[in-house]
Amino acid sequence: MFKGKKGKVVLMLMMSMLVVFAAACGNNANSGNTENNGGAATNNVATNAPTEEAAKLSGEIKIDGSSTVFPLTEAAAEEFNKEHADVRVPVGVSGTGGGFKQFCAAEIAIADASRPIKDEEATACKDAGIEYTELSVAFDGLSVVVSKDNDFIDHLTVEELNKIFMTGSTVKTWKDVRDTFPAEPIVMFSPGADSGTYDYFNEAILDKAGIRNDEAISFSEDDNALVQGVSGSKYGIGYFGFAYFEENADKLKVVPIDGGSGPIEPTYDTIKDGSYAPLSRPLFIYVNNKELERPEVKEFAKFYIDNIGALAGEVGYVALPDEQYATEAAKIQ
Amino acid sequence: MNIFHDANRKQIAGRRRTDWLLHILFVTATSIGVIALCALLIDILLDGVTRLQPDLFTNFPSRKADGSGMKSALVGTIYMLLIMAPVSFIFGVGAAIYLEEYAGKNRFTRIIQLNISTLAGVPSIVYGILGLALFVRLLALDKSLIAGALTMTLLVLPIIIVSAQEAIRSVPKSRRDASFALGATKWQTVSRSVMPSAIPGILTGVILAMSRAIGETAPLVMIGALTYVAYLPEGLKDSFTVVPIQVYNWLSKPQVEFQELAASGIIVLLALLLLMNFSAILLRNKYQKNV
Repeated sequence: MFKGKKGKVVLMLMMSMLVVFAAACGNNANSGNTENNGGAATNNVATNAPTEEAAKLSGEIKIDGSSTVFPLTEAAAEEFNKEHADVRVPVGVSGTGGGFKQFCAAEIAIADASRPIKDEEATACKDAGIEYTELSVAFDGLSVVVSKDNDFIDHLTVEELNKIFMTGSTVKTWKDVRDTFPAEPIVMFSPGADSGTYDYFNEAILDKAGIRNDEAISFSEDDNALVQGVSGSKYGIGYFGFAYFEENADKLKVVPIDGGSGPIEPTYDTIKDGSYAPLSRPLFIYVNNKELERPEVKEFAKFYIDNIGALAGEVGYVALPDEQYATEAAKIQ
Repeated sequence: MNIFHDANRKQIAGRRRTDWLLHILFVTATSIGVIALCALLIDILLDGVTRLQPDLFTNFPSRKADGSGMKSALVGTIYMLLIMAPVSFIFGVGAAIYLEEYAGKNRFTRIIQLNISTLAGVPSIVYGILGLALFVRLLALDKSLIAGALTMTLLVLPIIIVSAQEAIRSVPKSRRDASFALGATKWQTVSRSVMPSAIPGILTGVILAMSRAIGETAPLVMIGALTYVAYLPEGLKDSFTVVPIQVYNWLSKPQVEFQELAASGIIVLLALLLLMNFSAILLRNKYQKNV
């Protein structure tokens, strides 16, 4: 009798726990619905009366794509939210390719891209009836780095880089690269094949032949691991985004690259004026034109172009020339 | 006689030595795990303790390390738990009761049983792919809180079912027999006789499964939990982020301040895990006394 009662108490406890959970979830759902309705209502008001749009913007602008562009978009979203607190700007990092896939399925409003859209991606968008506007937002410079202790490298040519990293390369020691270098084995570090940085290096330096994959080279998706690797080995060499070199300039030595017109060191100036070739690249955002009709998306795109020049340096990228921003801004008027 | 005695002694000494060597071996085996964990904890604590400030809990993520927080991630994790716990409890325990008490001991049951045990060992990313296809695309739930929570429910269900089954199985058969002898129906027996004894074990299993779920990243990355979220999810269909994803995001940034933030994020996650495991133990002890 007593035991039965106890059992009942336990069961009751269990049930009440469930009820509490259910209630919590129920509330969630309800408040979410009202919030969504509220959001939709304000949207309508804003469309009907554009004069009020600056005062009350809301809604959601979904963004996804390149992890290289992410810091820029994150910065833009953060600053944008200071002015328009009710607009939600979630940003994901599915990679440039993953971003375009969602973009052409109309799942997101804006795609971050570290390269221009490919033909097949453009076709996919077209087939889905999606028109878009391409906006250049900043430059990224790939920096080739060696250890601070390396005292023999003053520059490398594109051919030499090609010789070192090319798939099937027989280069083992620095002497194999240039006769004046010591006969010490080269220790190589590279971002993994899934990263846009790998793609870009592969394209700009190796003509898409692929990076060697043998015991002389280590791959890592974590740029900080690459920094550790290069700074820790006297005969090491590696490459990654300019931002990572900037942050670790005290541990690394950047290698000026000769692309045919003399060695150029990557700096904000050489990346900006395009002389640091071929290792500087433009970064883009792609905006769905239909989404661009929503006042909050338009406002965000404008805000992005107007402010990204100032924000780029802060997150380790290089701003475009001012007249270029004017051109980009004109695309979304 | 004497010689025999000596040989015997030698043999004993040899055995003692083997025993001693194995003792050392097992102690080493144990301490490797413990030392690795301690090293990890100390390293993370040293890195992250300076960033363990109110800002971490009250601020949204920011591109600047100072004042960057993980409010949205923490709230996302807690909301996910609140949805996941009741759903996985109902389905998990329901399945366990069926398999242990109602299902006949036939081939069909054995196949289900085999399936569940196999599912418990499937890599979590596979659940992510399933969640993406089923909840995000097919049911058009988008990259929402509910899609994430349901995917995680699928992930923990096999674990909950197996542990709940074990808890139910450990209830002595005599209790059921006594109940049936008094003319009770199956449900009366299960609800009044079996469950009260089994509930501590079941709850422990559920809580441990939950603590596995809050540390998972892969399936949520797959279904598109987002990296930068500067708002709190307010409805089931809102997009969201969770603590492990926020930590991963911080780890991938170049600035050393973000590495510290990541460490403090890990501390918070570990504290949450410890709290849950601790409450699992408390619950078990409390109910064990009562039954």
